[in-house]
Amino acid sequence: MAAKKKVVKKKAAKKTATKKVVAKKSSKRSVGPTEKKGKKDLKSVALQSIQEVATDVYRVASKGNLPDMTMPQRNLANVTYDPKQGYFELKGNMKTRTLDVNSVKTFAQTLRLMSLAKDMVGDDDFATKREAYYVSKNWGEAKFNEQRESDTVLDDIEGMFSVKDVTREVLRFVPEEHGGSVVGALTVVDRDPETGEAIRSDCAAMGSGAYTVPSSVDHLGFETTADFVLAIETGGMFQRLNLHRYWRTANCILVEMGGVPTRATRRFVRRIAEGLKLPVYAFVDCDPYGICNIYRTLKVGSGQAAHVNKTFCVPTAHYLGVTPQDILDFGLEDATHPLLPVDIKRAKDALKNDPFFQSYPKWKAALKQMLKMGVRAEQQAFAKWGLNFVIEEYLPAKMKQAKKFLP
Amino acid sequence: MAKKAHLTAEQMAGTQREISVSEFFAKNRHLLGFDNPRKSLLTTIKEAVDNSLDACEEAGILPEILVEIDQLEEDRFRVAIEDNGPGIVKAQIPNIFGKLLYGSKFHSRRQSRGQQGIGISAAGLYGQMTCGKGPRIWSKTKRGKMHQFEMQMDLTKNKALITKDEEHKDWHRKHGTRFEIDIEATYQRGLRSVDDYIKQTAVSNPHAMIRYRAPGMSEEHIYERVVKDVPDLAEEIKPHPYGVELGELMKMLRNTNSRWLSSFLQEEFCRVGPKVAKDIIKTAKLGERSYPSRIAREEANNLFRAIQKTKISSPPTTCLSPIGEDRIKEGLMKECDADFYAVSTRPPSVYRGNPFQIEVGIAWGKPGGDQLEVDEKGRIEKKKRKRTTDTEDLLGNADDAVRVLRYANRVPLLFQQAGCGFTKAVMQTSWKNYGLSQSKSSLPIGSAVIFIHMASVWVPFTSEAKEAIAPYPEILKEVKLALQEAGRKLGVHIRRGKKVASEFQKRSYIEKYLPHVGIGLQEILGLSVEDREEVVETLRDTMETSRKI
Repeated sequence: MAAKKKVVKKKAAKKTATKKVVAKKSSKRSVGPTEKKGKKDLKSVALQSIQEVATDVYRVASKGNLPDMTMPQRNLANVTYDPKQGYFELKGNMKTRTLDVNSVKTFAQTLRLMSLAKDMVGDDDFATKREAYYVSKNWGEAKFNEQRESDTVLDDIEGMFSVKDVTREVLRFVPEEHGGSVVGALTVVDRDPETGEAIRSDCAAMGSGAYTVPSSVDHLGFETTADFVLAIETGGMFQRLNLHRYWRTANCILVEMGGVPTRATRRFVRRIAEGLKLPVYAFVDCDPYGICNIYRTLKVGSGQAAHVNKTFCVPTAHYLGVTPQDILDFGLEDATHPLLPVDIKRAKDALKNDPFFQSYPKWKAALKQMLKMGVRAEQQAFAKWGLNFVIEEYLPAKMKQAKKFLP
Repeated sequence: MAKKAHLTAEQMAGTQREISVSEFFAKNRHLLGFDNPRKSLLTTIKEAVDNSLDACEEAGILPEILVEIDQLEEDRFRVAIEDNGPGIVKAQIPNIFGKLLYGSKFHSRRQSRGQQGIGISAAGLYGQMTCGKGPRIWSKTKRGKMHQFEMQMDLTKNKALITKDEEHKDWHRKHGTRFEIDIEATYQRGLRSVDDYIKQTAVSNPHAMIRYRAPGMSEEHIYERVVKDVPDLAEEIKPHPYGVELGELMKMLRNTNSRWLSSFLQEEFCRVGPKVAKDIIKTAKLGERSYPSRIAREEANNLFRAIQKTKISSPPTTCLSPIGEDRIKEGLMKECDADFYAVSTRPPSVYRGNPFQIEVGIAWGKPGGDQLEVDEKGRIEKKKRKRTTDTEDLLGNADDAVRVLRYANRVPLLFQQAGCGFTKAVMQTSWKNYGLSQSKSSLPIGSAVIFIHMASVWVPFTSEAKEAIAPYPEILKEVKLALQEAGRKLGVHIRRGKKVASEFQKRSYIEKYLPHVGIGLQEILGLSVEDREEVVETLRDTMETSRKI
């Protein structure tokens, strides 16, 4: 390793210019929308589910009993991880919300949001989560005081219907935030919401900009010649790789996650990975947040919304870097920051409670190594060796050893 | 400047003479509660009312007392106190009202309001000194005629000179006494006023009817009688050996009719039988047949020490007449309209050979405003409650310190609250446990009145003015125990009130949000308005009855 480090430093010292390496062209592959089949079905399943829950409440209440609603518990303690399945699955612990003085407000809000969903599914309309929050402002006493409250109730409703594959998107609630940015050898086939005409977006023809992942992606089709997908944590690194056309050099698709990837971004990457059979590599900061939150959620989904992980994560993703070992291998020791107490807590929590990390000895070792080193390193730390060191040295060096990426 | 010559012992002897008690008290009247005009008015009335109540009770008469105050001049008032007591026989009138330290109570070991027999005559003395006129007495016994006296007191001889004695055939009472005196005084309302005293007296004497006419008022305020029987008369007891001081013991030894020490001990004290007497004498290394008068001269101290070392059972408690829990509650209820009352009477106890008994009552919560009430079905309703009587004098605001009403043998103690053992006991009790807030070692905060009564044959006042109870550990302990007992009841009530309030708050959520459950169901299921209202009504019933208080 020591010898390699020397070489790296020497090369880094050189003036850099983007290398124009002609990438080998892969064969062109494509995939159509996934939602065609069963869209109608899901719509009626959604309506039926809402009807069933309300009927049940009405029947029980009319008999002079206290009605309840049952939904999965949404926390890390209620998920299991099986590497063969590839994502966090619900263990099956349920919580029952019985109507009483403490729950009556939430109970009423749940029913009223379900009523809103029913209308939207029927009218083919949608509401952002923020809009749903504002709709409640017309409910008088039962209104939500903060969007956090309405988001929680929406998640509960989604959890309640998850056994029937009815997601929040099916119920016509869309997230406020847009998905990540995409550039590279990918053509997205969308359709005009009004005319239904196909619209093709070539992600290699975005100039210095990028294609933005919409909040719902199941209606999209894809065409690609790329070899792999690189999912990047920060906008800064994404811009560097885009401006220097790394995607052309390496023949890949770049996806900017912007922190923990949104559901749409995860679904988008999942569809490319699955439909186009491309490997996915994650390039994030070497700190507990980058590893335990961003990467973990991309790969196996979240603990809080485990009921949707089946379709909203990328089980084939691998961890390119930055690894704790990279800090040593690429001489970043003096470009690190000490781990904060919150970092240490997060890493220890992951080792103790997160079924994903517990399933991989390699990950346990990596986290322990980080804790032992007591430092974290950002993606941008490679700038220490020159602004384009990451393009010219780090990524090519890592890609040669793609088999060794952390699971 | 000429130097004054020193006096010789003989010269001094020429100016030395006996000082009469009357003279002494004339110079030290503050000791008796005549420090200032305002307090003098109160003390005069207090002494007379105490005597009237004592006399009525001793005669088994339900007291009916009239208090009248008339303003004569800017700073002069005529005070009259009249009772329906047994009256006083003619021969005793000048002694009782004109002579200091004359009375039946000083030597007895029986619970009564007055103790030393100086109060009422001091009032007469004070009146004579400030307004020049002695007291006027009207008195009629059941069988005798009504006598009207006027008297002047001879300060040097501690004697009353009767200046007028008229016999009348008729009086508006069958029996009773009226005492009238002109005094220099100031009349004010408020705390520690005559009004305050009478109100507090009405609390501790629910068996008495008191009519009170304040200066400048044409109408009497009547404090009604709510208990229709006279309190049991306390029995008189002999002193208990533990309660006798050395000087007192020597006096008893000198004056006894017993010939032998052993019989002296058994005859003059309670709870001393042959065995205890023998034990005491043995410990004192004296002979059973020693002459008491010889012991008084030479070995009284040995005997005194021996008494303290010998185990003697507690004095009998038949000499006590507690007010009783029911009567305290009745008294508080009639004079202090509150939401809740808790009372507690302790079993009798003993300090220094003196039996005593502590009673406590608590009135809590200003009525009025909204009141939560729980009905049989467990529903909570908010009700407006009106205040029935004016209790401004006694119950304070919720953020004020509680009012402590202190009583010794049914007599309210109005002054020196801070120096009183009762106040100490209240402060040392942890009221936070009972739902009142309290900062460290101070009175608790809350709209409450704490009533504390000590019944005893001999109340240990801190001064002759009988204003505060000495904080003997035995007394403090009993008061605290009684406060805790009543406090626990109060705590249960306050906590229940808080619980009902929080339950009411919670149930208001049902009112608030349940209609939205109905709307949600209506929208999803397409219910009719009637269906919606019906299901909401059913749910409301189900939810309310499923909760218990």
